[in-house]
Amino acid sequence: MFWVCLHYPRLALEALHYDLPADRPHAVVDGPQQRRHVVLANAIANKVGVRARQPLASAQLLCPRLAVTPRDEAAERQALASLADHAYRYSADVSIAGADTLFLEVGASLKLFGGWPALERRMRADIDRLGYACTLAAAPTATAARVFATCGSAIALPGLAQLPFALDAAPIVASSLDPKIVAALHGMGMRTLGDLFRLPRAELARRIGQPALDHLDRMRGLVAETLPRWQPPPRYARRIEFGYGIESHTALAFPLQRLVREFAQFLAARDGGVQRFTVELGHERDACTRIDIGLLAPQRDAASLLELARARLERVELVAPVHALALRADDLPPLCPLHRDLFETNRREQLDWPALAERLRARLGDGALQGIACVADHRPDRAWRFVALCANRPVVPATSMSRPFWLLHRPLPLRGRPTRVLAGPERIESGWWDEGDQRRDYYVIETRDGQRAWAFVEMGQAPGCDAPWTLQGWFA
Amino acid sequence: MFTTNLSEPVSNTGDYPLFAPTVVAAAPRTATIASARRDETALADVLRHPGIWRRGSTKAPRSDTLSTGLADLDALLPGGGWPRGALIEILLAEDGLGECSLLLPALATLTQARKRVVLVAPPYIPYAPALAAAGVDLTQLVHIDATASDTHWTAEQCLRAGCCGAVLNWLPRSDYRQLRRLQLAAETGGTFGFVFRPLSAAHEASPAALRLRLEPGETQPRLEILKCRGRFGEPSHALGLRA
Repeated sequence: MFWVCLHYPRLALEALHYDLPADRPHAVVDGPQQRRHVVLANAIANKVGVRARQPLASAQLLCPRLAVTPRDEAAERQALASLADHAYRYSADVSIAGADTLFLEVGASLKLFGGWPALERRMRADIDRLGYACTLAAAPTATAARVFATCGSAIALPGLAQLPFALDAAPIVASSLDPKIVAALHGMGMRTLGDLFRLPRAELARRIGQPALDHLDRMRGLVAETLPRWQPPPRYARRIEFGYGIESHTALAFPLQRLVREFAQFLAARDGGVQRFTVELGHERDACTRIDIGLLAPQRDAASLLELARARLERVELVAPVHALALRADDLPPLCPLHRDLFETNRREQLDWPALAERLRARLGDGALQGIACVADHRPDRAWRFVALCANRPVVPATSMSRPFWLLHRPLPLRGRPTRVLAGPERIESGWWDEGDQRRDYYVIETRDGQRAWAFVEMGQAPGCDAPWTLQGWFA
Repeated sequence: MFTTNLSEPVSNTGDYPLFAPTVVAAAPRTATIASARRDETALADVLRHPGIWRRGSTKAPRSDTLSTGLADLDALLPGGGWPRGALIEILLAEDGLGECSLLLPALATLTQARKRVVLVAPPYIPYAPALAAAGVDLTQLVHIDATASDTHWTAEQCLRAGCCGAVLNWLPRSDYRQLRRLQLAAETGGTFGFVFRPLSAAHEASPAALRLRLEPGETQPRLEILKCRGRFGEPSHALGLRA
């Protein structure tokens, strides 16, 4: 085993996304409101004596101009996960330890990358590029590598034999033991790990406890280490470059088919589905054209994915010749296969509803298919609304009054005069609380042409004579 | 093997006879009775096909229908209801003659049986409280927005897929060819395809299985059957719609 430890000592500051001025003292603080302490301070604050684990009150006394930011652990975790994602290219065994440390087992990758010196060069170039402060050390055990990295010594120890000597001079503070134990050992006058190793085992166990002793044993390689393996998030990206520019949709169909087939195979291999993916058309000079494809439910069937992708692609105007085609999916949710009857009740069904809905959405747009629901409101224009197809709908008691089949998009003045009033008035008076006040008397009327309409007059006006009738719906 | 009857004089001009009667080559007499019997059973088989109806028979052909919910109309339609897997055209003079309410009982039956009902680009807002009051299960109702150029495509897709119970279309302008496509799609999918068209289209030929005309009458709208597959007798039949 050959473990690399990547230690990011300034992650708490660096993970904060906004730019912090480097020329002013700054600190990240944590802890309960009454007892805030410093987690990390920048160089200027360090210079005047602001230290980690210092109470905020003391820090502010030392440095009155100290700017303070609360710690954002979620951002730190996210940053560390993205760093682990980068590290994953060097090893399949990546592990996240604590809030600021990554372990990589590179023993198996050395041959691929041409030995340790070459690999180290690549990793250091990566560190520089990513811009996070990082110390890198390598040792036969992960815990030992962490000790070296925490000390800041860029050491690479290949063999287990030299390990005890190398650890001898390392300070106990760097051992990632519990701070209470470290403080107790300091009280006893211990400074280096060598001091600790020279103590008789039984007595040491009594003072620092068995778990801490196990930690020291793992450090020296006496006991096997078990580390949680980090799993990269599920995502997919594939790109095809063309040696020439493609200017027609038809010519793009074939590479698209290849991309989608491969993608479907990938999905099948991991028994997953996709709900949202992007097809990108790369141009030589212009910015690439992105086509987002969203599905109602996760799918992985190559034919239907291809049909959707093709339908969307055909609607996109090619602004410039296409030099590359890429397919990306950042989120691959688990697939819930459609349950089917063994004895299919409707044998004539040739296309199931999800497939039809996707096909329609691909051509008509994402918002074209909608459901309709009742809303518990007396005002006619607010007694209904469009809802998503699979949305839960509130239960609204059915009205016993007669309601028209069609509602006009907005009420219109009635042309001419109704020949008959068939029912009414029905007074609807509501909405004084939400600016949509309505006070109307509704009637079912018949027009000259024999149409039945739902019309209203404003409250207080006698219908029929001079009051203007307003049409709201048709009894179709 | 077929040969021309030698007793028929072949024209001297050398022209090919227009209606050359063909007979089966003479067979031994013993076999004739058996073959005749076979022909008879074959004919009976053909006549048993549900798509064939003999004018003389008293009972209507068996077909897959759904009750309209109006006893008077059911009595007039062969099979006693809306024909499944066919286009049903409703020609209207104006909106608001009760044309959609005509379908409400059928839509309620379909949606309660968990069959989807699709409205393709309706001209107004289908009013949810009215539909719910008529017993339509709104969870099975799908409203599709489509531009005029996409309406026919959408209607055809929905009809052909076979996963929709009924598809309602409003097609102010469509020609025979487009309607024929929709009729074929409805047959393929086994879907009820309702099409609302203006009254001006009444004189045009239509491939629809059932054509109804709805007009305002003296006291109530009149429903007239213009065309109905599988029904003979008086060419049109009027019926008062609203009580």
